[in-house]
Amino acid sequence: MNTKGATTSSAGGTDGASDSSSAAKRNSKKPKYSRFTQQELPACKPILTPGWVITTFIFVGVIFIPIGLASLFASERVVEIVYRYDEGCIPTNYSDQKLAYIQNSTTNKTCTRSLIVPKQMKRPVYVYYQLDNFYQNHRRYVKSRSDKQLRSRASESDTSTCDPEGTTPDNSPIVPCGLIAWSLFNDTYGFLVNNKTLKVSKRNIAWKSDQEHKFGSDVYPKNFQSGGLIGGAKLNASIPLSEQADLIVWMRTAAFPTFRKLYGKIEKDLEANENVTVVIQNNYNTYSFGGKKKLVLSTTSWIGGKNDFLGVAYLTVGGLCLFLAISFILVYVVKPRPLGDPSFLSWNRNPSGV
Amino acid sequence: MAGGRRKRQRFSRIHAFSCGRASFNGEHSLIGGPGFSRVVYCNDPECLEASLHKYAANYVRTTKYNIATFFPKALFEQFRRVANIYFLICALLSFTPFSPYSAVSNVLPLVVVIGVTMGKEAIEDWRRFKQDIEMNNRNVKLHLGDGVFEQNKWKDLKVGDIVKVEKDEFFPADLILLSSSYDEAICYVETMNLDGETNLKLKQALDGTSNFNEDSSFQNFKAVIKCEDPNANLYSFVGSLDLGEQQYPLTPQQLLLRDSKLRNTDYIYGVVIFTGHDTKVIQNSTAPPSKRSKIEKRMDKIVYFLFFVLVLMSFVGSIFFGISTSEDLEDGVMKRWYLRPDDTTIYYDPERAPAAAILQFLTALMLYSYLIPISLYVSIEIVKVLQSIFINRDVHMYYEEADKPARARTSNLNEELGQVDTILSDKTGTLTCNSMEFIKCSVAGTAYGRGFTEVERALATRKGSPLVEEEIEEELSQARRKGSPLVEEEIKEESHVEDFGETKPSIKGFNFMDERIMNGNWVSEPRSDVIQKFLRLLAICHTAIPDLDEETGKISYEAESPDEAAFVIAARELGFEFYERTQTSISLHELDPVSGRKVERLYKLLNILEFSSSRKRMSVIVRNEEGKLLLLCKGADSVMFERLAMDGREFEENTKEHINEYAEAGLRTLVLAYRELDEEEYNEFNKEFTEAKNSVSADREEMVEQVAEKIEKNLILLGATAVEDKLQNGVPECIDKLAQAGIKMWVLTGDKMETAINIGFACSLLRQGMKQIVINSETPENKALEKMGDKSAIAEASKASVVHQISEGKTLLTASTESSEALALIIDGKSLTHALEDDVKDMFLELAIGCASVICCRSSPKQKALVTRLLKIKTGKTTLAIGDGANDVGMLQEADIGVGISGVEGMQAVMSSDIALAQFRFLERLLLVHGHWCYRRISLMICYFFYKNIAFGFTLFFYEAYSSFSGQTEYNDWYLSFYNVFFTSLPVIALGVFDQDVSSRFCLKFPLLYQEGVQNVLFSWVRILGWAFNGVLSSTIIFFFCLRAMEHQAFRRGGEVVGIEILGTTMYTCVVWVVNCQMALSINYFTYIQHLFIWCSIGFWYIFLLAYGAMDPNISTTAFMVFIEACAPAPSYWLLTLFVLVSSLLPYFTYAAIQMRFFPMYHNMIQWIRTEGQCDDPEYCHMVRQRSLRPTTVGVTARYEAKSNRWKDKPEEQS
Repeated sequence: MNTKGATTSSAGGTDGASDSSSAAKRNSKKPKYSRFTQQELPACKPILTPGWVITTFIFVGVIFIPIGLASLFASERVVEIVYRYDEGCIPTNYSDQKLAYIQNSTTNKTCTRSLIVPKQMKRPVYVYYQLDNFYQNHRRYVKSRSDKQLRSRASESDTSTCDPEGTTPDNSPIVPCGLIAWSLFNDTYGFLVNNKTLKVSKRNIAWKSDQEHKFGSDVYPKNFQSGGLIGGAKLNASIPLSEQADLIVWMRTAAFPTFRKLYGKIEKDLEANENVTVVIQNNYNTYSFGGKKKLVLSTTSWIGGKNDFLGVAYLTVGGLCLFLAISFILVYVVKPRPLGDPSFLSWNRNPSGV
Repeated sequence: MAGGRRKRQRFSRIHAFSCGRASFNGEHSLIGGPGFSRVVYCNDPECLEASLHKYAANYVRTTKYNIATFFPKALFEQFRRVANIYFLICALLSFTPFSPYSAVSNVLPLVVVIGVTMGKEAIEDWRRFKQDIEMNNRNVKLHLGDGVFEQNKWKDLKVGDIVKVEKDEFFPADLILLSSSYDEAICYVETMNLDGETNLKLKQALDGTSNFNEDSSFQNFKAVIKCEDPNANLYSFVGSLDLGEQQYPLTPQQLLLRDSKLRNTDYIYGVVIFTGHDTKVIQNSTAPPSKRSKIEKRMDKIVYFLFFVLVLMSFVGSIFFGISTSEDLEDGVMKRWYLRPDDTTIYYDPERAPAAAILQFLTALMLYSYLIPISLYVSIEIVKVLQSIFINRDVHMYYEEADKPARARTSNLNEELGQVDTILSDKTGTLTCNSMEFIKCSVAGTAYGRGFTEVERALATRKGSPLVEEEIEEELSQARRKGSPLVEEEIKEESHVEDFGETKPSIKGFNFMDERIMNGNWVSEPRSDVIQKFLRLLAICHTAIPDLDEETGKISYEAESPDEAAFVIAARELGFEFYERTQTSISLHELDPVSGRKVERLYKLLNILEFSSSRKRMSVIVRNEEGKLLLLCKGADSVMFERLAMDGREFEENTKEHINEYAEAGLRTLVLAYRELDEEEYNEFNKEFTEAKNSVSADREEMVEQVAEKIEKNLILLGATAVEDKLQNGVPECIDKLAQAGIKMWVLTGDKMETAINIGFACSLLRQGMKQIVINSETPENKALEKMGDKSAIAEASKASVVHQISEGKTLLTASTESSEALALIIDGKSLTHALEDDVKDMFLELAIGCASVICCRSSPKQKALVTRLLKIKTGKTTLAIGDGANDVGMLQEADIGVGISGVEGMQAVMSSDIALAQFRFLERLLLVHGHWCYRRISLMICYFFYKNIAFGFTLFFYEAYSSFSGQTEYNDWYLSFYNVFFTSLPVIALGVFDQDVSSRFCLKFPLLYQEGVQNVLFSWVRILGWAFNGVLSSTIIFFFCLRAMEHQAFRRGGEVVGIEILGTTMYTCVVWVVNCQMALSINYFTYIQHLFIWCSIGFWYIFLLAYGAMDPNISTTAFMVFIEACAPAPSYWLLTLFVLVSSLLPYFTYAAIQMRFFPMYHNMIQWIRTEGQCDDPEYCHMVRQRSLRPTTVGVTARYEAKSNRWKDKPEEQS
């Protein structure tokens, strides 16, 4: 009886469901092979081999140290004069009533000081005022302005966000409205070198985009500082906002409570040991919140003003990387480690946990 | 039909139908009462009363939503997540004045996130809907009146309809059987989908309806059925049928359940009584529980933790704010006059500082919301969907023969696949294909059969074991010659598949190969006389029915169980073709050894001594043509050897040895023996036997047994058969790999204990030398008690015995932990009932966990679910249940992950599973590759998410400290809202979808890698907190370095100083760089996609800056021209970015380098040897593999090792 392969019979309680596979090969649900669907895409699979680690550390170190040196050097080249005058400019008889002094509009607020230039300062010399403990980044303060109003005359009455300095008591809009504008810094500085007045230029101290796009050339100050409580500086109502450089600078709110703002530029070199006389109109009230006021004269380099931090930080991290590279090399040389040490597998450490 | 008729008579005869005519008993008096109120007017669609009852339609819905309910329901689902509620509240609050940012910028991300999630939900439900449609549109023949039956859709069936179901069709609803193609109105039903049992169930219609067996007879059929209300109990049914005057009781005997299948019966007529959701099977299926993975649960905890941090931060902030606000106005003197504290709203009012502080608290809650990753949930869902697409598209999990790819039905559980601790597996249809094959036999002490069992194959592919025959040996050596072990493995795999194709039986149920016996060659074997008797016995001693195909002349058999069929087929193939059965005779075509021709022989069938589980054997008594009386007997070795005659033990030793070998290989063995009877003896027996059979006393069965006992002795051994309960392809290897991965495997089956143990052996879950703890309720004492009939006493006693057995097992367990001997626990269903009782279950579980393999046999679907729940809840470990039948549904739903095998027809298991596979062996790839990948992807992804949001959120917090906690952000509103959506989202999704620590090849090569998931090392609290710490560190570095570097001096040559917008932009640039590069550092797998996403995210930030900055200042507000005018031309901006980037990454980089070098994790090691090219060096591989302290106790490898140990030990003993 030749049986092999020839007979097909259905047997037992089960039926022969054999020939379904041949049917409908075309409609096969077989997933199509592609390297993508099979997750076999070509890939680089970096792992942190000692070689890579050491190379990376050395690389970072080698890059960072020169950058650090360059930054530090640039920062060191900057000449900076910082003079704090808020305390010193209070007459001695008012030293206990600073607040009364500053709030009294009749007192003489002029204060003359002289500064020695420590090193030659190449022009332009930037004049900053620095305020301390002044929360220009307070939410109430930051929000209290109307960009629309600043931008165009048409939105003059758009003062909804400006409370409480939005409108005058008779409901006419204040331009520029809001707390920021209202509290505009109003100390002024005059500089004399060898009794000759140094011109302080206000040109280009504000961002161009602000002057061109955010502060309208047809918007003129109106009802500004006319209320009962005077905040800070007054504005010349005949100059459009786009020309009010001090205001524009002030309206870019600072990020931190200690900040500098550009006051102007001195387009003249200051020689070393030159005596600069500063005539300060000490008007701005920082006394009530205990803020300091400083006058800053500074040159700049490619990195900006004087700040060693970046240079030092680069050097430190660069050094650290080199140190790590050396340590890894040492470890590698001193104690090359074979792979086959099972004692570090997490589940080998607590076999009971299984 | 004539042949059919004849056949029918016989069949029922053989079955010696004992189901007894149903009679009205106690339960039937309940009909009409509460719970038994259903009234069905059969075949009477226009009946008024019928229309009064609003019974459910036969449409079965599995969808979650419909068009109307989708929006409210899906939205509700979304906002059940605490995080989403929080974001919703934030979004609502952002319209109030104390919002720190604009409303639109806050609402948009939420809308995007919710929208995407709901879209996903809609697509998934749509798929379910399509599946429903398919199911509900199946056809069935419905009686339309006047005796006309026509094809109709399932969904259109109504209660009371008469349907005609044909052979191998599923029942469309719960039916009452009215009549069938058999005269006795019986039918055979396969209930595999319901309870997983493969044997056919016999159902019989009432006498009163049995003659309605033609289409036309339903023309005037009218009846009323009163029965119980829909319930979930599969095995009980109470009702009555009024047919004219007569009333008949209805029992489960007449009930045909939906989703079971008509077998061996040409057609039946039935009346629909339960439709749609009323059907028992659907009542049984509980709503699929929504499962969430452990990782997600832990993730929730992290979210809560972040909430806590957020509230804490807000609280601290608001206190500081309150203090500074209250100090603004003291006795009418303004401190910070520029804030106008004298003329303010409540938010900043010094007079009402506490109120202001509380409002500020709310503001801060919104402000720090960036600490909670809003896009986390949606990103995870996207990632999971993509992951499951990869699972679906994996060609290695595609089953060619059934044309079925793997299908992840829910994508929620992908990462859970990487953490499975225990697999609970069904047997039939899952491990086995549910087909029996005659594969070996031992006749006259000689073993025949060269076929390979699956397990032998697996052992052979493992190493060249002594069992292996040349074929595989050769392939192996070929493979070896080709070199690398990897290639070897692949070749083996290939050859294995081919091999399978070759040996795949062309005859179902027959896989026997031995030229010594086949093709009539047995005639020349030394003991051909024994072989002849042996084969003849196979052909006679059974209850199968031949079915002659008129056209081809081929004979097929219908038997109660597939193994019986296998015997008859084997006999046929070996030359003893059984072709006809009458009530009193069996006819064979026999090969006559003398003439070498085929002769017809007729055997008079005198008695059948039936098989029962207690007897474990069956016999027939026949008279052959020579007039000799023969008792032919086959049975389990445990009962057969003791019944041999003294002179019948000639081959006992050899046969026993062979049987042990077969059993070891997982084959089902039966011992065959015969005996010649003399007339006297027979007559005496026959008298007693008839008497016993006809007795009406309760212990009739017992009497019959006793009589049979008397005659079944002094047998002469012929040999033994071995039938393979065919394992699915690759099951032993798969189990081996899973065992090597440290996954435990429990088998829960409804099958008999013997079968289960066989399969245990076949799967290498059991092996020789493994100590088996068998807990069995079928002890003699219990049986004795059962006779007494006192139910409570039985329960108590059997419980006591179970407890006793368990505690005995535990003492064994403690003993074995010292000797590190592997234990196996085998428990049967009855014992399981007791073992699962509250006071015992802990003890039971402890024992079960201690054992290397656990097999629960005879377990009901509910018990399966209970065991799963017990294991899941008590151990807290992840469980995976795998099964194919409706009886596994409970288990699948209960387990953390349910895997349905979609190979067989039944869809129940697949429908309630989370992942559907076509074959068990795909589990290996699903767990070890996809599971592992998904686990590490998701865990890394979540960690990274928290990292990036902490890194970002803390910069906000630090800034608050410098702005008097007023709630001002240093970032533009749109920077904030785009952070999670654009600048950081894509790389993290790429990580979640594509990252792989090692390739799939290595995942499979080093299964132990899987333990990373089981032990949860990648998502441990240490690791999570480590990432959180890294986040805080990064944000500290970013914030304070930016602060110090940009303090108050000019930041560029033009003397300009830094304002809030420049600082914000710079810091944000740093954040974007740092988090994206951190991503680049922490992933292991860079395809072009990763490159694209990471660098594009960074690039996109600059593009965004340019584009947004170029917009009208009304839109761009503080970001107007900030990059192009202020930042880009300033060298310090770029230098600062570089510096912050490097210094933020440095800690992690150093940590990772040290870890890689000194404390490598398992995947690190594999990566290591991969990079160094040692992955093909067997020594290295072995070293890396040998990392587990816990020896693998089950699986082919373990078996091989145990075996070789035994070999090693033996010579020592001898010497």
